[in-house]
Amino acid sequence: MDLETILNQAIAKIETAQDVATLEAVRVDYMGKKGKLTDLLKGLGKLSNEERPLAGQKINLAKQTIQGRLSTKIEALKLAEMNAKLAAESVDVTLPSNAQNIGNLHPVSRTIARIEHFFGELGFATKTGPEIEDGFHNFDALNIPKNHPARADHDTFYFNPDMMLRTQTSGVQIRTMEAEKPPLRIISPGRVYRNDYDQTHTPMFHQVEGLMVDKNVSFTELKGILHDFLQHFFEQDLQVRFRPSYFPFTEPSAEVDVMGENGKWLEVLGCGMVHPNVLRSVGIDPEEYTGFAFGMGVERLTMLRYGVNDLRAFFENDLRFLKQFN
Amino acid sequence: MIFSEKWLREWVNPAIDTQTLAEQISMAGLEVDGLEPVAGEFSGVLVGHVVECGQHPDADKLRVTKIDVGADELLDIVCGAPNCRQGLKVAVACVGAVLPGNFKIKKAKLRGQPSFGMLCSFSELGISDEHDGILELPADAPIGADLRDYLDLNDTAIEIDLTPNRADCLGLRGVAREVGVLNKLAVNAPEISAVPASITDTQPVVLEAPEACPRYVSRIIKNVDLSISSPLWLTEKLRRSGIRSIDPVVDVTNYVLLELGHPMHAFDANSIAGDIHVRLAKPEEKLVLLDENEVTIQPNTLVIADTEKPLALAGIFGGLASGVTSSTTDIVLESAFFARDAILGKARQYGLHTDASHRYERGVDPSLQETAMERATALLTDIVGGEVGPILVTENQEFVPQPKNVTLRKARLEKVIGIEFAADVVTEILERLGFSLSYTNESWSVSIPTYRFDISIEEDLIEEVARVYGYNEIPNAAPFASLAMLPSSESTLDLGTLKQVLLQQGYDEAITYSFVDPKKQSALFTEIEAFVLPHPIASDMSAMRVSLLTGLIDTVSYNQKRKQPRVRIFETGLTFLPDSASANGVAQIPVISGVVCGTEKSESWAGISPVDFFTVKGDVERLISLTGMSAQFTFQRSSAAFLHPGQGADICFNGEIVGFVGALHPQFKKLFGLQANVFVFELAQSVLLERVLPRAKIISKYPTNRRDIAVVVKDEVSYADIITTVNKVGVNQLVDLTLFDIYTGEGIAEGEKSLAMALTFSDPEKTLEEAEIQACVDKVISGLQDTLDATLRD
Repeated sequence: MDLETILNQAIAKIETAQDVATLEAVRVDYMGKKGKLTDLLKGLGKLSNEERPLAGQKINLAKQTIQGRLSTKIEALKLAEMNAKLAAESVDVTLPSNAQNIGNLHPVSRTIARIEHFFGELGFATKTGPEIEDGFHNFDALNIPKNHPARADHDTFYFNPDMMLRTQTSGVQIRTMEAEKPPLRIISPGRVYRNDYDQTHTPMFHQVEGLMVDKNVSFTELKGILHDFLQHFFEQDLQVRFRPSYFPFTEPSAEVDVMGENGKWLEVLGCGMVHPNVLRSVGIDPEEYTGFAFGMGVERLTMLRYGVNDLRAFFENDLRFLKQFN
Repeated sequence: MIFSEKWLREWVNPAIDTQTLAEQISMAGLEVDGLEPVAGEFSGVLVGHVVECGQHPDADKLRVTKIDVGADELLDIVCGAPNCRQGLKVAVACVGAVLPGNFKIKKAKLRGQPSFGMLCSFSELGISDEHDGILELPADAPIGADLRDYLDLNDTAIEIDLTPNRADCLGLRGVAREVGVLNKLAVNAPEISAVPASITDTQPVVLEAPEACPRYVSRIIKNVDLSISSPLWLTEKLRRSGIRSIDPVVDVTNYVLLELGHPMHAFDANSIAGDIHVRLAKPEEKLVLLDENEVTIQPNTLVIADTEKPLALAGIFGGLASGVTSSTTDIVLESAFFARDAILGKARQYGLHTDASHRYERGVDPSLQETAMERATALLTDIVGGEVGPILVTENQEFVPQPKNVTLRKARLEKVIGIEFAADVVTEILERLGFSLSYTNESWSVSIPTYRFDISIEEDLIEEVARVYGYNEIPNAAPFASLAMLPSSESTLDLGTLKQVLLQQGYDEAITYSFVDPKKQSALFTEIEAFVLPHPIASDMSAMRVSLLTGLIDTVSYNQKRKQPRVRIFETGLTFLPDSASANGVAQIPVISGVVCGTEKSESWAGISPVDFFTVKGDVERLISLTGMSAQFTFQRSSAAFLHPGQGADICFNGEIVGFVGALHPQFKKLFGLQANVFVFELAQSVLLERVLPRAKIISKYPTNRRDIAVVVKDEVSYADIITTVNKVGVNQLVDLTLFDIYTGEGIAEGEKSLAMALTFSDPEKTLEEAEIQACVDKVISGLQDTLDATLRD
């Protein structure tokens, strides 16, 4: 066979090869020790000195061509193999994963956390306390003597005349003032209880109360801090008003209303300057120190913030309700 | 307190509309709770005169009338009311009139008789519920007048929700005073002059408890005619203030109560034996009250008595036997001052709350008794006639509250409010409030009128000034405080961090009531006597929780019933356990609890597996790992009756039980209505909220070496036994032990198990030689052999 025939044969074999093994066989068949091109090279000795270089050159050229074709083909086959493998590994990327879902804080906790954040930034420490209280911490120290109409208004759950479920978290303020000296800045979130159950009342709900006592705490500051809090809490430029009210433990006292979307005022907070009797009951001189205190219903704020209509939903803990607060 | 706007405007009439007036009253601290029109919306109703009233020819119950409404012709109107009669002045809805509910009056024929309108009852005009007949107007009602104008029905009933300190506004007089202050208007109080006595009879009074009742004003009125009913103007004012007309005596005392805020009472003079004694009740004294209920009066209660028997609960409620009836001819009027402390809480003892007790509990003006008496006398005798005796004032000056003087320092006012005040502004506000005062040395000396008995300290005056000045006129300011840095302990974790760990594990946070069903709770926790509310909302909300489990398991059940089979919830909060060493005998312990049921992850194409003991234990271990003290926490088989006996563990911290984890005992499935197995855990927060600060150790530069061993032990040998033993052996170079297989079955004897463990050895100082490693392995194995009777498996 002449060189050209051999070359064409080899190229044809390479082109039709389907796998690397076939190509290896082609290589051996043409360029191995006993390969067809190797044989031709061996036959060069029979040629004349003049013919030999040219013939040698041609054979080498053919060898290089085959080698080149082999490499190209191998690359192509490897690529195809890889592509086939990848194609087999393909998944539906739109399928959902099966990761553990992330749970949600209860909306009431979420609101409390936000309130703690706003006041925490101003150095208000969060304090908690007992929920079964005695008469001193729930009433007496708050300037609510026995038989005071304010006691009757509270719908208290009593265990006995001097032991009750707290009707407000103010007991925490009293304990803090008993234990620490001014300046004081605290908030006390937690559960409170009133014997009342209907569309707009649950026998347990949450309050956050706040207290600041220092040498020159004033009503303007109380107004300022609550105004800012409400604006930040609702992230809206809300209309806020302070309406005179009465609490035995503060004077002057105010209720705070915000303008609702329906154009009606909604009461969201109670507040006032700490009554001198309260300061005296914990050994703080009201001539030297003044303070303000405020209290807010967490459920009310949460309902307004997130559009919850039914107060009772907070304590039914229906997962379909809870899972909305992600 | 409810009152009519028109009535208020008789006293003080600012040029502002109803809404603005209500807003103003609210902003003065007398919160307006409601504004209600005093009548339904209607038009075209005129005052008419029944000129003729005859029987309908074809209907027994109907009458045919001719009505004069001031028009050229009389109107033919058919009427079914039994009280319709000739000569009556009536309310006539003429053809074209529109009654409440957009009911249009048209020409009609009733049983063949033409009818050009309708005679109206109160209820048809949306005025009251009364519908026993048509409205009867006074004889002098002007024919043809528009009824709305004649009855002044374009009026609003204003309801205010008064705070306990503003008892002075429990009468129109007080509200008018406030409105006058706010609008800088004088108040036109009705003139109340003394009614001269025409007889000399008096009712003597003995004050036996002068600190409770230091003033008692009495007056006899004889020969009254109680067959007369109260005039329309009076009943209308009462109605618009939410009070029903009873009879002229009650109506007049109620009128005075509304007008002046002072309660009064009337006795039938002939039912009183001898003197009136105002005293505390004697033991076991009984009294039948006006509502016909008999009460046994407690000795702490002040009574009005005669020489023989109690007549009334002072300041609360009258007695039936001494009450005024239609046959009464002689009455004794009472206008008394009862001290607030003497009345506070007493009405509640008898399940009562009356207009009188409401006012006496909050306080009345100690100087108003004669005025109230004169006002009532004049009004009453105008209606029912009678001969009036002189006013008898019985008092003990020592116990009558004296007018107070309170000092307001300008500096204090400015300190508390936070702004500067011009002295004349403050003076003007206080004067408008009716206080007389002097201003010297930057201080006001203020004498407080008797009607403002709520004012006794400087802060009370500060509030008055701020309130009238206007809270919303006072600027807002940022609080001023020192920027002292607060301590923050790195070894204290906050609860939020614990919550986050559970949230990441797919738990939702629940908040359940602190009081639970005692039946369910005591079934789970048989040994603990929970605190029980004597007056709960409902019996299944009466026991204070001793664990959060009861509420959480109920929540699982609630959700399962709503097709939510996969529940992972946690809660944080207090448990309430009897503990004589704690305040009030109750230990209030913050815990964190979780309840899990259903699959570990949401249902998925990728497969799901149910939760088991170790899934939940893993969640607990995650919480524990936050403390950096995992090694100090151990788990031991629990004997708690509410846990599955084979899948329940007590969690111990340094050997002390601090919680539990496990499967809820399946026997409770029925009690809670559960549809699947539930796993639970609960841990005291106190052990999770403290952590150790890290102390860095040198990481060995030398290679670690792993050797796997398998040992065969008896089934009852626990993993904890293995760890305890290995720790006791104390091979320093052993840096990790991982259990990677537990095998039972072929090749292992019945009652035994094979544990395969990877031991990792390392030395900080050098590369361990093979012989050294082997020596370590041998030491571990021989320890296990000696202590746990373990054998090495080949």
